[in-house]
Amino acid sequence: MSTSATPSRSNSINPSLTELFRAFVVVSISGFGGALPWARRMIVEQRRWMTAQEFNEAFALAQFLPGPNVVNFAVVFGSRFGGAAGAAVALAGLMGPPLIIVTILAFLYARFGDLEMLSRILTGITAAAVGLLIAVVAKMAAPLFRERRDWAPFVAMAAFVGVAIMQWPLPLVFVVLAPISIALAWIRR
Amino acid sequence: MNENPLIPLFGYFALLSLFAVGGANAAIPEMHRIAVEVMHWMGDRQFADSFAIAQISPGPNVIIVTLIGYHVAGLAGAAVATVAMCGPSCVFAFLVARTWDHFKEARWRIAIQAGLVPVSIGLIGASAFVLARTADTNIYAALITAITALIGFATRINPLWLFAVGGILGLSGWL
Repeated sequence: MSTSATPSRSNSINPSLTELFRAFVVVSISGFGGALPWARRMIVEQRRWMTAQEFNEAFALAQFLPGPNVVNFAVVFGSRFGGAAGAAVALAGLMGPPLIIVTILAFLYARFGDLEMLSRILTGITAAAVGLLIAVVAKMAAPLFRERRDWAPFVAMAAFVGVAIMQWPLPLVFVVLAPISIALAWIRR
Repeated sequence: MNENPLIPLFGYFALLSLFAVGGANAAIPEMHRIAVEVMHWMGDRQFADSFAIAQISPGPNVIIVTLIGYHVAGLAGAAVATVAMCGPSCVFAFLVARTWDHFKEARWRIAIQAGLVPVSIGLIGASAFVLARTADTNIYAALITAITALIGFATRINPLWLFAVGGILGLSGWL
């Protein structure tokens, strides 16, 4: 793949297809309670394939496409670095191991049907996973305050309050806020 | 059931795939409506257990459709439901990503991108908040969440260690 010399691109080293596959395998098998924190850890902090800003943009795009967010992200990320093959490889890495694991769990559940012990372990893991998600939100939000887009933190707060506090439906919050935010970005760039 | 269950399985999830804005968790109520109320594939209890198994297993939470498919028609059902739920949205995502990268310098693209980022972050923050409210049922669970958040933000320690601690405390009945 040819890399266009855009200043926003963090790194001239593009991952190979094998590296892409391996990275998403690691993300998927670590990703208890959501794969987003692990994807960011891998891509931004460890491999440095994207800057924090690039990651935010790619994830925002993935989030607003219909379908599962992290699955979309694998496709967006994979296609950027390796075209159709990259998208397929990232997707296979993300979905392959969990599919095998969940099929085994489904079999065990059909056989034994007792989730009591697993669910107690899960209670603890979920508490930690939520903490990890909060840490990632804080990291992703940090660039909003550093840039000169002074409106951005207010839009983020409005989205948060709308869904978390007011409990409005997510599509509604999105349909109202996204055009406002895009208009602000257009005017005050 | 006199008709092949793979056909409605594929149809419903392929349709849901393209309308599931906000990710798998936002689509859970609709999946429940289809699987339990409309198609009677499973009962409430089985749906709740499927959700729990999907949460227990690592990887994207969308994996719940694999379990629903497995419940309806075994391995073939698992494969069909997964492909139906991920296929259409993946193809769409791929096409958009290609077009998107093509217009890297366009002003409208930069504005959309810059506008979507804060909305996206606010929504992820909201889902963290909602999850925290359901997960942190007592002070110990809330402490695990808070400590993990601090360590995750300030250090580069592999969070799997914190998951292990949380899992052990959960198993021991503290939470």
